[in-house]
Amino acid sequence: MPPVVRTCGDTGLLLELGDNRRVHAFAVAVRSAGLTGVVDIVPALDTLLVVVDPRLGATATVEARLREIEVSDAAVESSRVVEIPVRYDGADLAWIARNVRMSEREVVAAHTGTPWRVGFCGFAPGFAYLIDGDPRLDVPRRAEARVDVPAGAVALAGRFSAVYPRRSPGGWQLLGHTDATMWDTDAVQPSLLLPGDEVRFVEVAG
Amino acid sequence: MTGRSRVTVVEPGLLALVQDLGRTGYAHLGVGRSGAADPVAMRLANRMLGNDESAPVVEVTNGGLVLTVDGPCLIAVTGAPLSVTVGARRRWTHEVIAVGAGEQVALGTPRQGLRSFLAVRGGFDVPPVLGSCSTDLLSGIGPAPLTAGTVLDVGLATDPRPTTDLVVAPPPPMPDEDVRLPVRIGPRDDWFEPEALRMLFRSRFEVTPDSDRIGVRLDGPSMPRRIRSELTSEGVVEGSLQAPPGGRLTVFGPDHPVTGGYPVIAVVRARALPMVAQLRPGQGVRFHRG
Repeated sequence: MPPVVRTCGDTGLLLELGDNRRVHAFAVAVRSAGLTGVVDIVPALDTLLVVVDPRLGATATVEARLREIEVSDAAVESSRVVEIPVRYDGADLAWIARNVRMSEREVVAAHTGTPWRVGFCGFAPGFAYLIDGDPRLDVPRRAEARVDVPAGAVALAGRFSAVYPRRSPGGWQLLGHTDATMWDTDAVQPSLLLPGDEVRFVEVAG
Repeated sequence: MTGRSRVTVVEPGLLALVQDLGRTGYAHLGVGRSGAADPVAMRLANRMLGNDESAPVVEVTNGGLVLTVDGPCLIAVTGAPLSVTVGARRRWTHEVIAVGAGEQVALGTPRQGLRSFLAVRGGFDVPPVLGSCSTDLLSGIGPAPLTAGTVLDVGLATDPRPTTDLVVAPPPPMPDEDVRLPVRIGPRDDWFEPEALRMLFRSRFEVTPDSDRIGVRLDGPSMPRRIRSELTSEGVVEGSLQAPPGGRLTVFGPDHPVTGGYPVIAVVRARALPMVAQLRPGQGVRFHRG
């Protein structure tokens, strides 16, 4: 079934795709179609925003082409697997364990035992919202956000997990930290994690 | 006047940023477009000097920028009209102005509009970050905001200098004039009660002082919601009118977050985004279909 397309002013076409795997399959298809005028392709949890620069191409033409794009089920598979080493020494680990009624070791086993997937990026450069983890790891955000969360902090909020790519304020519950570089502005590929990637957390000794 | 000069900031004023037409292609990684808030004015400043219209310029919020140059150069200031004092000479926006070596350039304060754009012939030679020289205040990508002592290199001019040295540009509205902004309804107008659109089109909104390049916040009625569940975050474009429940409307600016968690009731038409960039705190705004 072709997606519902909602118009965002003169520059945006918002595709309702209902499912995050379809979002990434569409993102790949739109990218490879090389449509004239498309300057950004922004996946979210269940939508894909296609941004057109009207100076470079007509939004109506892009919209017509988008309606022709079909995505096979076979395309709906993530291609890359990224492993992230984590020391589970976060300030909120004990709180998380109490909140989900598990031991701290069980929380670590749950976080490392089920592969996550990058649903979308936002909040900060390289900040990947990870989805499809162990459903038992469902915790509210902190009542009060921390002013200063260090780069590499591995965290939970709702059913999302994430790694803070740089020092910033943040309201997520801290599980641990990684030394992996999540974001490097000077690199050819600045973000370690890309939308659609599979992500596995691996525990390393503290 | 083809030698390489350097510009030194003496006083940045409220906020002075290097901007070009912004960076595309990184929104899926959480980095938005950014770029000059009023790209029409920014392009005009470059064209007056024979630059590529995408050459980096300095975006000045509410005037006040003071700088010196160490070699002769040509400058032009566009956008919000203000005085441009060069040495002892008092000039104005929308003129090509020759500045001598060692001279000081001081921008006054605009009485209408908010953002002015200072271009130099040859463009400012700033190393691009992810394909753009723009400062994105939300993501922290790009050159730091200018401060006293910041030195900017002037690029080498290659194209011929235009023969025009004065242009006429329609001035932004006076601060006590309401600005009428055309919008296209959606993408999430169906998340609101039908009277929300009537309120949107019949109310006067007022720009609040906490407005910035991320968004222009508007005092006014909040838009009653029909669908009360939480929207899952989705991609948003510049000009989106985001309506948090019971909260103030926000018009997303060039440094907006790439995704938003509140429904967007309407989007300001692309041709009117330069008017959004020139809105002053306290200014009235009315929306219409168009």
